[in-house]
Amino acid sequence: MDLSSINPILLLASLMVAATPIMLAAIGELVVERAGVLNLGVEGMMITGAVCGFVVAVNTGSPWMGFVGAAIGGAILASLFGFLTQYLLSNQVATGLALTLFGLGLSSLIGQGYIGIKAPSFPDWHIPLLGDIPVIGPIVFQHDPMVYVGLLIVLGVWAFLKFSRAGLILRAVGENHDAAHALGYKVRLVRMGAIMFGGACAGLGGAYLSLVRVPQWTEGMTAGAGWIALAIVVFASWKPGRLLLGAYLFGGVTVLQLNLQAAGMAIPVEYLSMSPYLATILVLVIMSAGRAPGSLGRIFHASR
Amino acid sequence: MIKSLVTGATLALGMATAAFADGHEKTKVGFVYVGPIGDGGWTYEHDKGRLAVEEAFGDAVETVYVESVPEGPDAERVMTQMALEGADLIFTTSFGYMDQTINVASKFPDVKFEHATGYKTADNVSVYSARFYEGRAVQGHIAGQMTESNIVGYIASFPIPEVIRGINSAYLHAKEVNPDIEFKIVWAYTWFDPAKEAEAANVLIEQGADIILQHTDSTAPQAAAQAAGNVVTFGQASDMAEFGPFPRVSSIIDDWAPYYIARTQAVMDGTWETSNTWDGIGPGMVKIGEITDAVPAEVKASAEAMIEALRTGEYHAFTGPINKQDGSAWLAEGEVADDGTLAGMNFYVEGLTGEIPQ
Repeated sequence: MDLSSINPILLLASLMVAATPIMLAAIGELVVERAGVLNLGVEGMMITGAVCGFVVAVNTGSPWMGFVGAAIGGAILASLFGFLTQYLLSNQVATGLALTLFGLGLSSLIGQGYIGIKAPSFPDWHIPLLGDIPVIGPIVFQHDPMVYVGLLIVLGVWAFLKFSRAGLILRAVGENHDAAHALGYKVRLVRMGAIMFGGACAGLGGAYLSLVRVPQWTEGMTAGAGWIALAIVVFASWKPGRLLLGAYLFGGVTVLQLNLQAAGMAIPVEYLSMSPYLATILVLVIMSAGRAPGSLGRIFHASR
Repeated sequence: MIKSLVTGATLALGMATAAFADGHEKTKVGFVYVGPIGDGGWTYEHDKGRLAVEEAFGDAVETVYVESVPEGPDAERVMTQMALEGADLIFTTSFGYMDQTINVASKFPDVKFEHATGYKTADNVSVYSARFYEGRAVQGHIAGQMTESNIVGYIASFPIPEVIRGINSAYLHAKEVNPDIEFKIVWAYTWFDPAKEAEAANVLIEQGADIILQHTDSTAPQAAAQAAGNVVTFGQASDMAEFGPFPRVSSIIDDWAPYYIARTQAVMDGTWETSNTWDGIGPGMVKIGEITDAVPAEVKASAEAMIEALRTGEYHAFTGPINKQDGSAWLAEGEVADDGTLAGMNFYVEGLTGEIPQ
């Protein structure tokens, strides 16, 4: 074993990249759950975003258009979930699970004919001045733009929930939808907005895999990332700051275990492969003191 | 009314049986694939073999295939379905279908089965494989001379003999031309998962590898190497020429078409017999893709000399003296490995670090 062959700067840099898809999907789901809706279809929306983004990027030649397409695709699929649960009052857990299965099937259908094609390249940004700082530069300031878009979304959600009036309303709807309704807030409208935002973020996360991380389209390529995003939201006790920590921890241990394997670490591969899940759950459980939004997963009907 | 329906059905059945007895029916050949036919690697080449069969026999054959069949119990369902639908010959094209192929074959004694890269045979099950390790020898030879960091990254799939042979062969021939060479091996535990393969390639590159060898089927590692800029790769199973002339400087190509055509012919003629085929560069089952100009001329020349020697059989890729990883002797000076040991290879040769996962 030769641990000196692991370059800590590159390790930390790839941590940010590895964490981005999960972070994007998780922050969307966080908003959805803060509005009191439990959408278990994150995986389905992610993979639909991955294929929509890939198809749009290949046909337009622009990765940016691909990301826009992915967000729209994810949001459309999410609005289906919203319509079923908010207007037809279907069970959120069952509908979310169905959404995952539907998304997986739909994505392989759309992706027929796009297997084995290369995506247009999406170059890294080398931010002037900041990117030249030794150590910190290569770790933080030399990534592709989506890494920063993801961070901006997390920051935006945090500020929105904490400081804005709209954020307060969204939280009120999530905590007690009957009280929010009595105060005259449009519960269903707020929730539909949150659900579509969640779908768009999941779509972006999926497209980050198919356009930047791999970059290729393959059936089932999200390989469970959506479920990890869901878990991170819960373990982060619905707080954006902790969510960021959880996503980076997961991404970090994922990259670290591959590095240890390549360095010839004498630990069985199977243990290394499970380590990201164990580490993330452990740390977030130890920290966790949060409480779920009061109306999470409950069906709202104005007459009740 | 009902009576006439029954009569009609009986008549149709009678005609079908008659056609069957006449032997005028099309020979139906089924293929079970482990990945999508668009993977650009392993399955893509098997599907080219299938298309070659269609072209060679025209209307006399009908081919069917199922792609992305997981290794394991589900494969049995797919094979059974194919056999029930009247396939006369079924090719199962991945190591992990071995026991399933044997199981299904015992239920359909009249259907011939061909299992790729396995070692279990039966009255109606043949096995066939290619000596990929001959191609790995050429890759090692080129890699050892092209690396500047002396680190070769190897994306391995499953710890089975075929993969271990490839690692050993590549290592021995890299070591021969570059005593300082070091291999870093990542086990991906998948044949096809572009996200995982890309991740593994990136990690290996970050750890200083400037050569990436892959025993997985997608082109994702090629894309990762291309993004890194100064990393050399080799096409796996298929030419992957779209990544040439750099990073992809050469490739191992599996050419299954002649074998598939010959076996289909044997079924048609009724001469099919259980066999165990293991062909290399000589008979043309393994081909080495064009060595591009990114490879220095003298390296290219010596690599081509090696290909020629492997082709004629003058040189064997495992020629002693070779020790096992623990230092014990395996092959004496000038001794060549026997096929039995190669087929069940479960040890690293001396110089490789790390352990084979069990």
